[in-house]
Amino acid sequence: MSSSVTSIDEDPTGPPHVHHMDSATAYSAAKFGMWLFLATEVLLFAVMFTSFALFRWMYLDEFHQASKMLDWKLGALNTSVLLLSSFTAALAVDAAQKGNNKGVVRNILITVVCGFGFLIIKGIEYSAKYQHHLFPGQEEYLKHNTFFGLYFCMTGVHALHVVIGMAILTYYALIPAMRGRFSSRYYTPVELGALYWHLVDLIWIYLFPLLYLVG
Amino acid sequence: MAIHGNTHGEVAHHSSSIKPYIVIIATLFVLTVITVVVAQFDFGNWNIVVAMLVASVKATLVALYFMHLKHEDLSTWIYAIVPIFLLAIMLAGILIDNPYRTKVSPVKPRVVMSQGG
Repeated sequence: MSSSVTSIDEDPTGPPHVHHMDSATAYSAAKFGMWLFLATEVLLFAVMFTSFALFRWMYLDEFHQASKMLDWKLGALNTSVLLLSSFTAALAVDAAQKGNNKGVVRNILITVVCGFGFLIIKGIEYSAKYQHHLFPGQEEYLKHNTFFGLYFCMTGVHALHVVIGMAILTYYALIPAMRGRFSSRYYTPVELGALYWHLVDLIWIYLFPLLYLVG
Repeated sequence: MAIHGNTHGEVAHHSSSIKPYIVIIATLFVLTVITVVVAQFDFGNWNIVVAMLVASVKATLVALYFMHLKHEDLSTWIYAIVPIFLLAIMLAGILIDNPYRTKVSPVKPRVVMSQGG
């Protein structure tokens, strides 16, 4: 750890203390890799969206009925929370590009807090479903299991992404920024973390109207 | 208002203004309100069409400006568009197949026959 010689070709996600810059090649390769990963993430959700489309077509009335049991106001609130968090994630990248570590800390903190807010609201919704016996395994659920099965599956996998996104942003962006690691020459982790977070927002942009509004 | 994702090494010349981000987030909120308001009326099948169109506009704005896709090169654009294309193929294939499926399915006629007999 006392080595004073650091390689420029090291893994950009490696220990930040050996990094003060990132070669242009490593930067574009890392970002390209992130976009490839995001493409696979879209495909993961694509399967669920296709299932939703198929079952909605087959059981349109049941879907309309079940969709009305969701509280669209909480869904809209969560949409706003997530949009705001995406906005601050974009501002964090902007701050990192300018070497403004304090700006990164402030904006990533807001993003992560919004992530918590999203999960809390989602938890309130899930517990309301539990109280109305619409949770998997309960009797009301069995009457609407096609819609609510997809609802829990899609929002559950999405919520998992929110948790992972918060962890990534905290570990790779927030903590290094608090130590002043980023500069206009090195901000790859902030940008990649933000890309992941935007994807999480992007998925929710479709989930909200599909599940809460049109059913 | 360019946010150059590729300016590395040399001193990056970034705009000091965050105005474009504010314009985009304001637009996203307006579009969310539009989605919610439109959903309060019953336009039949048009509800989901409008909802998905508005969602796609929002998603495009997020990708182009928040994810900086606007400034990315062709290979990144391919990675961004190919999954959407694959989703379209999957959706089209399954939804075109579905209406004809029950007619040729061996399961349903058997049920009908057993009820008849």
